[in-house]
Amino acid sequence: MGIEKVLFYVFALTAIIASLGVIGSRNPVRAALSLVLAFIATAGVWLLLQAEFLGIVLILVYVGAVMVLFLFVIMMLDINLTPLKEGFARYLPIGIMVALIVLAEMSLILNPNFFGLEIYTVPTALGAHDSNTKMLGQLLFTEYLYAFVLAAVLLLLSIVAAIVLTLRRRQQSEALYQNVGDQVRVQASDRLTMVKMPAVVRVKEVVQGADDE
Amino acid sequence: MFDSLQLYLAQWLPSAVASVLVILVQAAIVIVPLLLAVAYLTYAERKVIGYMQVRLGPNRVGPGGWLQPIADAVKLLMKEVIIPSQSNVYLFLIAPVLAIAPAIAVWAVVPFDDGMVVADINAGLLYILAISSIGIYGVVVAGWASNSKYAFLGALRSSAQKVSYEIAMGFALVTVIMTAGSMNLTDIVLGQQGGMLSWYWIPLLPMFVVYFIAGVAETNRAPFDVAEGESEIVAGFHVDYSGMTFAVFFLAEYAMMILISFLTAIMFLGGWLSPFEGIPGLETVFSFIPGLAWLSLKVAFLLFVFLWFRATFPRYRYDQIMRLGWKIFIPLTILWVFVVGVMAYLKVAPWFVHGGIA
Repeated sequence: MGIEKVLFYVFALTAIIASLGVIGSRNPVRAALSLVLAFIATAGVWLLLQAEFLGIVLILVYVGAVMVLFLFVIMMLDINLTPLKEGFARYLPIGIMVALIVLAEMSLILNPNFFGLEIYTVPTALGAHDSNTKMLGQLLFTEYLYAFVLAAVLLLLSIVAAIVLTLRRRQQSEALYQNVGDQVRVQASDRLTMVKMPAVVRVKEVVQGADDE
Repeated sequence: MFDSLQLYLAQWLPSAVASVLVILVQAAIVIVPLLLAVAYLTYAERKVIGYMQVRLGPNRVGPGGWLQPIADAVKLLMKEVIIPSQSNVYLFLIAPVLAIAPAIAVWAVVPFDDGMVVADINAGLLYILAISSIGIYGVVVAGWASNSKYAFLGALRSSAQKVSYEIAMGFALVTVIMTAGSMNLTDIVLGQQGGMLSWYWIPLLPMFVVYFIAGVAETNRAPFDVAEGESEIVAGFHVDYSGMTFAVFFLAEYAMMILISFLTAIMFLGGWLSPFEGIPGLETVFSFIPGLAWLSLKVAFLLFVFLWFRATFPRYRYDQIMRLGWKIFIPLTILWVFVVGVMAYLKVAPWFVHGGIA
């Protein structure tokens, strides 16, 4: 058994166990961390499929940014588990039914009739110097340019929408805003006055001055 | 060398076991010097900051204090590991591992000289970005599992800061990729051949500055060390860690510092290339110096700058850190992506050298 096969089974098993952890774990933080592990294991499987760009970007985007923000929110919520579990027995039959329907629908389509080896031949292995990143880039910026640009515009739109939804300026009387430009432009002379005075005052002069008066 | 070792081992062992053994040997060759470098970086830090503050720094253990890091390591190993009773023990203990594992795994793709690299993969830069982004989990999980408000505040600060600066860092790397036309670190260094004036720090000067400052913020070093601001939240996410569990966090932070210095040297300062390449007299005079020595010299200088920052700059306020990351660095890097793109399209010299994007 080559090392690639060993690695595949390691990653695949990890992904399955971690996915069970996501739905089975009582602690929401543990569930989120299991999801992270599932992502990493899936990225490993994708690397074995010679899709290194997708695998690495899965880690970079989902593990490195999205899940961190998820954890951020989960950790800050004070989740009380008992009320969440209250309806478990009542909703269990519906849950099982939905799960069975999804399973049936998936097995209708994801079966050897449509994805068998006679329909999809074994993909040819890429050479050591073929760059998956370059191939993806060439496709994205030529054949699928419109879809790519549309997706980019959609994302930009959602960024603008998110900012507009959260941006609100209150009245000057309700909140004090700092003007960072003004703060940066402040000079030492605006805040500080230097006063020159002799460091040592001679006692003799003082006494003489007193005499003069 | 390692190929012949693998062939030699494969005579007795299954091929999978042989390749795992060879990978382990390669890992040890990278990790042992790295840990030694971390130990002596702590010594250098205390000495450099000591001299900057007109003190002597450590000078008791061994000649000139040279054995101080060893003594510190022994002390940390022997100390009791205290586990807070209200903490989530499993996550509490796994957090240091989550911090150190990525900090070591990144070194797999870092080239030390031409061909001296464990894994010469073609998506090297992406791999580094991805793996180093996992390091956040160590901090977040530590802060949460400690079940302490100070630790939690430190973890939140740190994760928000790292996620913000990663974006600026990523864009800075995009300009490097555009100029070099490759994500392989060896190719990026080889694209900078021709003396110190053709290194990428000149055509990408703003990105060089942004990348290094973002690197300081990513590693939670002063002046961006609000994650452990001792005057506000005691020691941040690792307040409740003691002994070896604390030492592992410490190790991870310093390993990341060395990594950022290596990457800055590789991407902007010509890596292992000699600065005198192409200058008639000097090139031959300095040709006896190996590439690894040049790289170490550049890395040592950048690490000194890290320590210099810590000794001279006051800590940033948290809102100012966020403002610097989001409102200054990210727009600047996006602008520079366009500058590099236009320059490469017009085939202007320093941005469009051999190959580049085409």
